[in-house]
Amino acid sequence: MRIIKQFSEKIREINARYARPKVEMSRAIKFSLTGLRIYLFVLVVLLLYKFITLIPAGK
Amino acid sequence: MDFFSTLYYRTKKVLKSLKMYLAIAGPGLVVMIADNDAGGITTYAATGAKYGYHLIWFLLILIPVAYYVQEMTVRLGAVTKRGHAEAIFESFGAFWGWFSLLDLMVVDWLTLVTEFVGMTSALNIFGVPPWLTVAGVIGLMGIIVLNGRYWTWEKIALGFCLLNLVYVPAAFMVNPSVKEIVGNGLIPNLPGGLNNDLFFLLMANIGTTIAPWMLFFQQSSVVDKGLQEKDIKMGKADTLFGAIITVAVAIFIVVVTGTLLHGVPIDDAATAARMLMGINHFTGALLAIGLFDAGLLGAICISLASSWAFGEIFGWAHSLNTNVKQAPWFYASYFFTLITAGIVPLIPGAPLVLITLFVQVVAVTLLPAALVFLILLLNDRKTMGEYANTPLQNWITGGIVVAIIILSTMYGISALFPNVFK
Repeated sequence: MRIIKQFSEKIREINARYARPKVEMSRAIKFSLTGLRIYLFVLVVLLLYKFITLIPAGK
Repeated sequence: MDFFSTLYYRTKKVLKSLKMYLAIAGPGLVVMIADNDAGGITTYAATGAKYGYHLIWFLLILIPVAYYVQEMTVRLGAVTKRGHAEAIFESFGAFWGWFSLLDLMVVDWLTLVTEFVGMTSALNIFGVPPWLTVAGVIGLMGIIVLNGRYWTWEKIALGFCLLNLVYVPAAFMVNPSVKEIVGNGLIPNLPGGLNNDLFFLLMANIGTTIAPWMLFFQQSSVVDKGLQEKDIKMGKADTLFGAIITVAVAIFIVVVTGTLLHGVPIDDAATAARMLMGINHFTGALLAIGLFDAGLLGAICISLASSWAFGEIFGWAHSLNTNVKQAPWFYASYFFTLITAGIVPLIPGAPLVLITLFVQVVAVTLLPAALVFLILLLNDRKTMGEYANTPLQNWITGGIVVAIIILSTMYGISALFPNVFK
């Protein structure tokens, strides 16, 4: 229990430490990060679709 | 007299450069040769068996591709003195940091399972039971890291890199036709046209050349070795040398299977080794030894890539120059990854095919992000100063990264939906 508590405290500490991105958010960087978000969203949707179609097939 | 003094001066200069190179050599060579891991050996063996020597030209193109991507990690590591995971957390915030770290953990673990599958099936050819291979490998890897010195670890890893060259004598033993290799292999051609099978194999070759763990590993390795800005030139040379060797080894594997198994369908390198043993016993044995070594090298690097990344973010001591007492969490995460991955191939009926599929798909989610972050970080002039990307480097690396993202995405999608590009 103590280890879990320490671990969650550590994660909170890390989140606080890196809360603000250090790199200057230029237009190119914002564009790249938005592109990455869309890309990953599409991939996750494809993965979910694959699993949904796999379940009824019983594979 | 002038001639002799010039010769003496130049020889001394070359020897000095060589001495400097040998001191700095390591991260680039190890990461590049470890890139020819168990999955890589299977891909190259299948390429040779299916298309003979016809795709050697394509492998040669992968030298600059691998070099330009990996040399960026040398500059980033030497200038910032931070690993790739820490650089992403710091520059792009916790969301992208956690995404990269957790994705790296999953993809590394899955890849590690495939390395153990490769190693157990390779030694099984010689009658070694899988449990003994797994126990032996974990014991060996424990001894390698627990000596408490990065230098020793690196030299042992380089020793295993040397063993990767067993494919060179194997290729000579099969007496390939040099005329055919040059005529069919060095002139760009697409045997049978660009169909689904060829496209899948080309993408598999790219996928084995650039993997997410390589970016994290080499940058952390550069930091752990303590390379400075002044060492960047030699670090880049080390990476280029490694890229040339890794592709040369791949070509020798293609030559072996292209000569003896051309037209035979190959699903994994261990099957290829068994088949080769029936034709030429020593060549098959060399392929099996090479497969074991490839899996071991991959395992050595991949397990460290995760442990370094976790150490950087959680603030644990995370150097091979520390012992277990000084860095308990670093070594605990290293052995935890290693042991859990090693157990999987020993479980009867473990979904190994599904795991292989997952490696490809999960790697596709991490690779584009890691590559885009790499280019963005290399353009941060405030941090990188004179070592930031030049416009020419941006064009070259940008083009490579866009091509890799498109091809690896198509590879991942075709792994999920095999009929989509037919």
